[in-house]
Amino acid sequence: MSTYFNEMIERGAVRPPYARLQGWVDQMPAELRNLKQAEAEALFRRIGITFAVYGEGGDPDRLIPFDMFPRVFSAQEWFRLERGIKQRARALNAFLADVYDRGEIIRAGRIPGRLVYLNEAYEKAVAGIRPPKNVYSHIVGIDLVRTGPDEFFVLEDNCRTPSGVSYMLENREIMMRMFPELFSANRIQPVEAYPELLRRTLASVAPEKCTATEPNVVILTPGHFNSAYYEHSFLADMMGVELVEGQDLFVEGEFVWMRTTEGPRKVDVIYRRIDDAFLDPLCFRPDSMLGVPGLMDVYRSGGVSICSAPGAGVADDKAVYTFVPEMVRFYLGEEPILQNVPTWQCAKADECQYVMENLADLVVKEVHGSGGYGMLVGPKSTKEQIEAFRHKIEADPDNYIAQPTLALSTVPSFVEEGVAPRHVDLRPYCLVGERIELVPGGLTRVALREGSLVVNSSQGGGVKDTWVLAE
Amino acid sequence: MRLFVEHVTTYTYDQPVRGVVQSHRLLPTQCQNQLTHRWNVTVSDGMPGGSFRDGAGDTIQAWSVRGPVDRIEVRVTGEVTTTDQAGVLRGNREIIPPVAWLDETLPTRPDAALKELAAKAESPTALGLAHELSALIAGAIAYRPGATDAHTTAAEALALGEGVCQDHAHALIACARLRDLPARYVSGYLFTDSDGKPHEAAHAWAEVWIEGLGWVGFDPANACCPDERYIRLGCGMDATHAAPIRGTARGPGSESMEIAVAVAATQQ
Amino acid sequence: MLSRTADNLFWMARYMERAETAARLLDVGARIAMLPNSEQGYRNEWEALLHACGSYDAFMKKYGDPVQRNIESHLFFDRENPSSVVSCITQARENGRIVRTALTTQMWDALNSAFQEMRQIEREPRSDQSLSRLTDWTRRHCAMVRGAMDATHLRNDGWDFLNIGYYLERADSTARLLDVKYYVLLPHIDFVGSGLDNYQWRTLLRAMSLHRAFHWAYGGEITAKKIAHFLILNPQTPRGLSPCVEALNLHLDRLARYYRRPTRAQESARNMMARMYETSTESIFDEGLHEFLTRFIREVADLGARVHEAYLSGDVR
Repeated sequence: MSTYFNEMIERGAVRPPYARLQGWVDQMPAELRNLKQAEAEALFRRIGITFAVYGEGGDPDRLIPFDMFPRVFSAQEWFRLERGIKQRARALNAFLADVYDRGEIIRAGRIPGRLVYLNEAYEKAVAGIRPPKNVYSHIVGIDLVRTGPDEFFVLEDNCRTPSGVSYMLENREIMMRMFPELFSANRIQPVEAYPELLRRTLASVAPEKCTATEPNVVILTPGHFNSAYYEHSFLADMMGVELVEGQDLFVEGEFVWMRTTEGPRKVDVIYRRIDDAFLDPLCFRPDSMLGVPGLMDVYRSGGVSICSAPGAGVADDKAVYTFVPEMVRFYLGEEPILQNVPTWQCAKADECQYVMENLADLVVKEVHGSGGYGMLVGPKSTKEQIEAFRHKIEADPDNYIAQPTLALSTVPSFVEEGVAPRHVDLRPYCLVGERIELVPGGLTRVALREGSLVVNSSQGGGVKDTWVLAE
Repeated sequence: MRLFVEHVTTYTYDQPVRGVVQSHRLLPTQCQNQLTHRWNVTVSDGMPGGSFRDGAGDTIQAWSVRGPVDRIEVRVTGEVTTTDQAGVLRGNREIIPPVAWLDETLPTRPDAALKELAAKAESPTALGLAHELSALIAGAIAYRPGATDAHTTAAEALALGEGVCQDHAHALIACARLRDLPARYVSGYLFTDSDGKPHEAAHAWAEVWIEGLGWVGFDPANACCPDERYIRLGCGMDATHAAPIRGTARGPGSESMEIAVAVAATQQ
Repeated sequence: MLSRTADNLFWMARYMERAETAARLLDVGARIAMLPNSEQGYRNEWEALLHACGSYDAFMKKYGDPVQRNIESHLFFDRENPSSVVSCITQARENGRIVRTALTTQMWDALNSAFQEMRQIEREPRSDQSLSRLTDWTRRHCAMVRGAMDATHLRNDGWDFLNIGYYLERADSTARLLDVKYYVLLPHIDFVGSGLDNYQWRTLLRAMSLHRAFHWAYGGEITAKKIAHFLILNPQTPRGLSPCVEALNLHLDRLARYYRRPTRAQESARNMMARMYETSTESIFDEGLHEFLTRFIREVADLGARVHEAYLSGDVR
């Protein structure tokens, strides 16, 4: 099938961003390639960047496969993407500020109230509370796919705590160590400023009660058993901030404090990598051992900032996703630069009927699912699998949405036989604080199995370094 | 009616704890139903934390106590003038829209019996439905202190056929939501029961959203709507969310709690 | 630094030192077992070792027979024994993993490769592994972690907590080894000063890698008094009690200066040092070596508790 857009080769010719990579590949003998691949793996294992998948057996210290063939964007391509991503991040934050305030977009009839207020991720506890700078989602991860030279679609938004940014940074480090010549031959924009930008973003949303010139920022992790612990500790280290667990923090008076060897130290901004439900047993799940009792009261009375804000998840819900273009128009008065993938809600009878009739051509996902689990890729499934899924949808239609199977673009990748095109997606990380920032790059995930469209690492996906060329 | 309240909650720990953190919903709602003259909350050895008004209009005040400590007393005293608004909550400033109160939580999750009960009400109006449901629940769950505990769900109380005001409120909330009426749990104080005897504990009831009227209180336990005998403190999805005091202690000790509530009408 | 971070550094160091102690105990046992049977029929020196590490009851319950192979299993491989080499290295690596960013790359490399190689050893058939290879391996890796720490770690408060962990554990283990020699290994008071006695002392010195150092420092006959002086009072002995207490004082004083706040831990350490300076081998033997060591072990434990209370618990004000 050649209906897929190949980002390197178009109609037999190498596209300009990849011009210098052709020679690089041609001149690399198979032995050297294997050597480099082994070297890369050893480096990854040595720094300990491994990935544990929840609910799967096997090695908890498994590596995500790293594909050395980079993915490249020209400066012009990125310019447009950047505008689209920032626009979307602004709209999502405006939406959150609105639904926790007067809910104008709902009053205006542009989004159904029940979809928002009865959403699992909507938190009554923060209604009427205005976070510093009115920012709710400080790190917006937007998953994009490409189907043609100028066609990008947003697959989903991640407004809570999108993970994977450590791969973006480490992939680049490793490529620079292994192929320094590539970096002198190509003018590749650096991504290494990300941790510093993240720290500045978080510091810029310090609470009103914080009088320190340098706010004390910490990262809150569920602990070292968490699959993303490596990323938490990596970011803390790169940002020069403490990595804390719930047990390291306590509430006293109007503030949150951390336990140090010198006594309690006030905490101003918490970049939390734990879910809302576990943040504070006094406010959410009473059985949470991961959180900090009383944290939400301190947050709501302006003693500490929590990033992302509790309740931010209501903006990245798969059912709310459909309305993001509407948010862009409503809040920003602009036309969306990035398109949504057309989506059918199985919760609606007529749309569900369409889905049932076209299961073989569609991708069906659970509304709250993630990690590529519980999803059906119609064209890649057997009749039996489709029928089994049909029963699941019938049993609980509200829980499913469907999208057309997109012709995901491909990028050449190193495979057993040499180099072959493999499908990719892209997750850039947009930072929202006093300013909106986006480092030129992101995490490219690649479906390493031939023909596969599922890029999730839990389903045999790998990662690539993502280049944005300077003009 | 001018009501005087004294409400003392004492926590004791069998071994000293490292520290205590509490979140209080202990201030009378700022609304037309009640006017607060004097209100004072103290926590022994307590440090006041932040204070704010939440999306339902409740004033939340945080407290903490630095350990080691083995006994904490929370004392509430105050005077409020109440007026009968026929159960309608008037003038409360809230940002959460009524539709958000249609969600269910664990204690208000309906089972088959609750669904059956909810389906029995036939009134064509929302207000009529709410009254009918309140009466049905009062009939189905007899008031008997000690029959249930703090963790009993609406479904369990209905199956048992007995319970206290918390169970009545949970059951009414579950049934109202089943009939697509937003409903919530309210905690507060009550001067005298329906038989005129002083009520010697904290009280709880339910509020149901009636389009055109607003939030209307229903107290199935006393087969009435809240009037001037009621003082409203705050609300939530269920008893846990609406609790006047939520708190936790750090340390291995086990906690015991004693509550004393007295509500009296003061001389005019 | 976070109290939890300090706690993990402290325990990482303690577990590495404890792993080394387990290996040294195995060495002592193996050498003593090469002796011909003594007259009292107190043949099983291995049994004495179990007393030394305080796991006699647990061992007897699980293995019953104190033969070399079982002891090897117990002291090296057994994950149910919290003081086995495998348990200690696993724990140390876990402590290190939690505070990865507080360690240097070299330290983590040393710690992690010890762990990875250990998992390899666990997978190999037992018949391929001689006891001396296992103990050499352990000592080598403990030295590598320690060396990486000395060479690369920033001299900050973390460095002090690591060292406090190392020296507390070392003081405890040297005292225990010495105590075991005197009261358990030697079957009868008549043997004091005999050939058997000397052989046991030499074995103990070898196990602590101090055999040659002793001869350089003292020369001549090995006597109980010389050994006691060497292992307790001599400020030059690397694993001796006095240098451990000195090092503990050094690192605790650094902390007090760094944090501008002395605690009860400094007070305890200073008192221990003062007593050490005041005592002599004569007074130790007058008090009784066993009594002296028992008291010392208790003091070390108390100091550990005070360090925990002042720095690691997070409850300090």
